[in-house]
Amino acid sequence: MLDSIQEILDRCRAEDVPFWRVVRASDMEQRQVTAEASREKMRQTWLAMLESEESYQARRRSLSGLAGGDGGKMRDFAAQGHSLSGDYLSEVIAAALCVGEGNACMRKIVAAPTAGACGVLPAVLIPLYRKGKASEEKILQALYVAAGIGAVISCRACIAGAAGGCQAEIGSASAMAAGALVALRGGSDQQIASACAMALKNLMGLVCDPVAGLVEVPCIKRNVIGAVNAVSCADMALAGIESRVPADQVIDCMGDVGSRIPVELRETALGGLAATPFGREVQQRMRASAAREEA
Amino acid sequence: MVDIFDILGPIMVGPSSSHTAGAARIGAMARTLLGSRPVQAKIGLHGSFAETGPGHGTDRALVAGLLGMKPDDLRIPQSFEVAAEEGLQFRFHEVRLREAHPNTALLELTGEDGKTLRMQASSVGGGRIRVDKLDDVDVGFTGDYNTLIIHSLDVSGELANVTREISRAKINIANMSLYRSRRGGAVLMVIETDQVVPPVVQQLIDELPGVAQVTCYEKGED
Repeated sequence: MLDSIQEILDRCRAEDVPFWRVVRASDMEQRQVTAEASREKMRQTWLAMLESEESYQARRRSLSGLAGGDGGKMRDFAAQGHSLSGDYLSEVIAAALCVGEGNACMRKIVAAPTAGACGVLPAVLIPLYRKGKASEEKILQALYVAAGIGAVISCRACIAGAAGGCQAEIGSASAMAAGALVALRGGSDQQIASACAMALKNLMGLVCDPVAGLVEVPCIKRNVIGAVNAVSCADMALAGIESRVPADQVIDCMGDVGSRIPVELRETALGGLAATPFGREVQQRMRASAAREEA
Repeated sequence: MVDIFDILGPIMVGPSSSHTAGAARIGAMARTLLGSRPVQAKIGLHGSFAETGPGHGTDRALVAGLLGMKPDDLRIPQSFEVAAEEGLQFRFHEVRLREAHPNTALLELTGEDGKTLRMQASSVGGGRIRVDKLDDVDVGFTGDYNTLIIHSLDVSGELANVTREISRAKINIANMSLYRSRRGGAVLMVIETDQVVPPVVQQLIDELPGVAQVTCYEKGED
């Protein structure tokens, strides 16, 4: 069981192995599988992530009609090369939107750690992979790092919006992606921990306020902030900037903040953006159409 | 127990692990426990399943599960059409259940062989589920393990007979619960095992005096 980032770091040092190997060893132990079987399952997970981005089609719309098309707009804009954020970051933004919209349109995705946050991790990894800046092997190692961080967060705090707000979903995904990026770029284990801590800190307090209770508004675009935040935190960590608060303490704090978020702002669609006039209007429209279907 | 592929996963059709993937698993669990192809389904939606279910495709996912689809089956959005082709009639209604998890469904099924099943189950997060009631008996198992469900008479020594067959087959029991409606009435045993219980062992248990029915749920790789 992975229940502490510090413990992972200690094992890295004691056994002289990288972060990802500690996570893989824990998987082999827990599921009683070989290294090859563990790797193969991780590879299938990666292939499903890739497919979730590649199978995007801008014409698809969600059942509510609210989600769809934005990923296509951002892809086109990124391809023109005039974005403020530059090539990599504009592709990250596009990929996060594409996967998030695919999820809303009932396409196949990998929950990472949740379905609502499924765009973050693929968004930061796929553009690097596609440009040949990361091999499949390196990506799989980065995914182990992400999974290890997510496992610790789920153990010490929570990863569900209903339990801890959006900080627990997009925040956790962002921390996982930040750690994954540091590993991918050859950063140290301590830098992985720092990137994870910084990413989680930066999104602390973010509430879960989905319009009409659907995983669409604002969830899809929050995948973008999760991904972009991960990139900036990974860069800070790689530059040698440390998180002043240790990762485990940040995670514990996120869990504590989550439990203090009022229930109206934890996936119940009773507050935040869900309670705006627009949000209420969508909710009423969805109820009316459900009632029509009944009749 | 959460493993790293509960964190990076499940691989599923969106949009919500609890409202879509969990709903599909509930449907599939009900199909398995019914033991035959369902031809009729009356599905009650409770709490958040009723409130936001249609927007999350909860209804389509439940029907998809009843048709045997896994949470990553791309036909989930079209499950109503598939149900029509495969001769499954279904209807939905809203239910208010007492002390139930917000994401709960109550399924009343009839199989092609005439068997019926009433199952209440909840989607408890991350696509994981819990069966809360079987034919109105309170239970509480998750499908995280291979699971044997045994209906038997309330006679002394019955549990020992069943576990003897299981241990003879060198199968390790992870969790076990016994439920009965009243003394001398019907008993429901739920036995969760590390290994799959092969059909031949199921058959031996089924032939024990007092055992009325054996159903086996094999832990899936979804």
